[in-house]
Amino acid sequence: MSALNIKKGTTKHSAYNLRPNFSDVDERHTLAILVDNEAGVLARVIGLFSGRGYNIESLTVAEVDHTGHLSRITIVTTGTPQIIEQIKAQIGRIIPVHEVHDLTIEGPSVERELAMLKVVGSGDKRLEAMRMADIFRANVVDSTLNSFVFEINGAPDKIDAFVELMRPLGLVEIARTGVAAILRGE
Amino acid sequence: MKREMTGAQMVIQSLRDQGVDTVFGYPGGAVLPIYDEIFQQNDIRHILVRHEQGAVHAAEGYARSTGKPGVVLVTSGPGATNAVTGLTDALLDSIPIVVLTGQVPAFMIGTDAFQEADTIGITRPCTKHNWLVKETDLLSSVIHEAFHVATTGRPGPVLVDIPKDVQFANGLYTGPKPATSRYQPQLKGDIESITELVAAMETAKRPVFYTGGGVINSGPAASQLLRELVDATGFPITSTLMGLGSYPATGKNWLGMLGMHGLYEANLAMHGCDLMINIGARFDDRITGLISAFSPNSLKAHIDIDPSSINKVIRCDIPIVGDVAHVLEDILKIWKTRGRKTNGNAVTKWQSQISEWRKADCLGFSTSAKSIKPQFALERLQALTNDHDRYVTTEVGQHQMWAAQYLHFNDPNRFMTSGGLGTMGYGFPSSIGVQMAHPSSLVINIAGEASWLMNMQEMGTAIQYNLPVKQFILNNERLGMVRQWQELLHGERYSHTWSEALPDFVKLAEAFGAKGIRCHDPADLDDAIMEMINYDGPVIFDCLVEKHENCFPMIPSGKPHNEMLMGDAETQGVIDSKGSVMV
Repeated sequence: MSALNIKKGTTKHSAYNLRPNFSDVDERHTLAILVDNEAGVLARVIGLFSGRGYNIESLTVAEVDHTGHLSRITIVTTGTPQIIEQIKAQIGRIIPVHEVHDLTIEGPSVERELAMLKVVGSGDKRLEAMRMADIFRANVVDSTLNSFVFEINGAPDKIDAFVELMRPLGLVEIARTGVAAILRGE
Repeated sequence: MKREMTGAQMVIQSLRDQGVDTVFGYPGGAVLPIYDEIFQQNDIRHILVRHEQGAVHAAEGYARSTGKPGVVLVTSGPGATNAVTGLTDALLDSIPIVVLTGQVPAFMIGTDAFQEADTIGITRPCTKHNWLVKETDLLSSVIHEAFHVATTGRPGPVLVDIPKDVQFANGLYTGPKPATSRYQPQLKGDIESITELVAAMETAKRPVFYTGGGVINSGPAASQLLRELVDATGFPITSTLMGLGSYPATGKNWLGMLGMHGLYEANLAMHGCDLMINIGARFDDRITGLISAFSPNSLKAHIDIDPSSINKVIRCDIPIVGDVAHVLEDILKIWKTRGRKTNGNAVTKWQSQISEWRKADCLGFSTSAKSIKPQFALERLQALTNDHDRYVTTEVGQHQMWAAQYLHFNDPNRFMTSGGLGTMGYGFPSSIGVQMAHPSSLVINIAGEASWLMNMQEMGTAIQYNLPVKQFILNNERLGMVRQWQELLHGERYSHTWSEALPDFVKLAEAFGAKGIRCHDPADLDDAIMEMINYDGPVIFDCLVEKHENCFPMIPSGKPHNEMLMGDAETQGVIDSKGSVMV
């Protein structure tokens, strides 16, 4: 993530990078958005993405401050640096949005996702699934005589790898939470 | 101070506390309690329109000509959906509008009740913000916040959806206290960036000011500061359609409007400049033409209160986020303390280059003794109304561009036109809103016959409130601008761009109780225009003009600024297949 080496904005008083490098290469950015937890706020954010043709790779949302009624939305999106800047500026215009953080630029940050996988099988396949789960530190949260439900958390790449391994071993269903991300200390 | 009252009473009290004197609206089942309160008071005038779209455009005209927010009150369902075009129009042109809609009772929301629509969902993308109020206790604070959001930062339309049971119920009224609002956009620009811009101004050889609606939205002080800056530096200035009047058309540095139908000298100045100072404009596609060839050799500064405008379309070298008046004040202050320097000789040379371009006389047209040229009609209208306290609205199309080219505006808030959305049917209701705000001024709507018919029902409103709005219709019996594009792009196949069943506009005026004037002879035009001006009441002026006149100059879509079509241009095949995809 730090290899992207994107210059920070030079306009001090703005949350946005107003002098970006204008590359044509798509980049993956993780945005953390702090919003008032009020009816329709998620629709405003999502509507912005669909209305203006931006991508959403992953989206999570939950209340993070019960007394302050604040929710945190984590969006993973892709676009050229110009598009990413435009996305942040457009999100910033939404009235219930308090803060927009580009963790990819402000980083380093930690990204985690939780997934649950239902794997059905017997014999060697069942044993192999169990062994793989051990290696990936996945937990068994439900079991029958011919199925497991594994719970795994980690960076999205790790989950992708685990999912690919489980496919030939009887994977029948996946539920993923989407990415939650936070800046590292200080 | 908190007082107990019903939700409907709160609506009226909130409007009162916001200093609202006029509301444009149309009653219906879901707003009956509010209308009952309107009936029992005299502080706020309610103007009954004939269609909800008309209410929003009237409020836009009111807002744009006064700088105050326009207020609309309509019912649920169809009342709200009819307001959508007006909301979108106000969003694209950044006009402060507060729309109050009735809604079915909160306990019936979601049951497909009679006249229920998901107003919040429908209007979410076409408002700056909207609110559904489910508790009467929250109603007044939401309405006050709505006014704050509509008028603060980059202005825009907002909507408050009020279920009928909330209007009936009692609650505690809270007065306005905007200081506590969560929405507080930054007004002051970054001083480092402003200093960088001033340094660029000191050395620029070919500078140009490119101004937009943001100057007008910032308030009268911004226009004053702009004039001071332009006159002190001697830099040429052009403006978008939205910004006309912020710098006077009589000013010596005025280049005229730029863009697709802008003036030759303005567009060439934009193309050839080495420093472009964008003040409150947004690099709209009508302005830029071909992006990759847009002003290729200039340093670009962009002053805008909305961070999302910066780098949206055109890469900007000196971004300044802030309110135009605040930023201009700082620019002037810093420029003066650094010694009021400009690159004098080079700028003089630049000005003489512009004078050369001006000789092309891009607005020249051949007059005719037999028929009225639309350009001639507007030239005469300009000459005969110039000394009046005049406000102009327009519909959308050729007549709109001709109005921008041939009418001259010397003050802000005098020209109301649908710029971003291009809403046919905007001008007439807008002129009604303007006339409400300025009862003794001359208010003229420059229209095409097709646009005008889109909201002609508002004749009833003009008559009912005795509003002497002048409807100056350039009648070519064509959708002129679309027809022009068909000529340029589609082999002169004029698919559905003429009207075969136009009304007799004079009889139409008379049917409503207004005055109708028809003119087709250039020799009679002046007298007819004077008759219109001097008549104390609404007039429909049916000006029969040359039917196949094209609007020039023109930057064909997909072309850069230095490839303009002039009046006598050969028009076939000028737009290539790539350009024809763009509108």
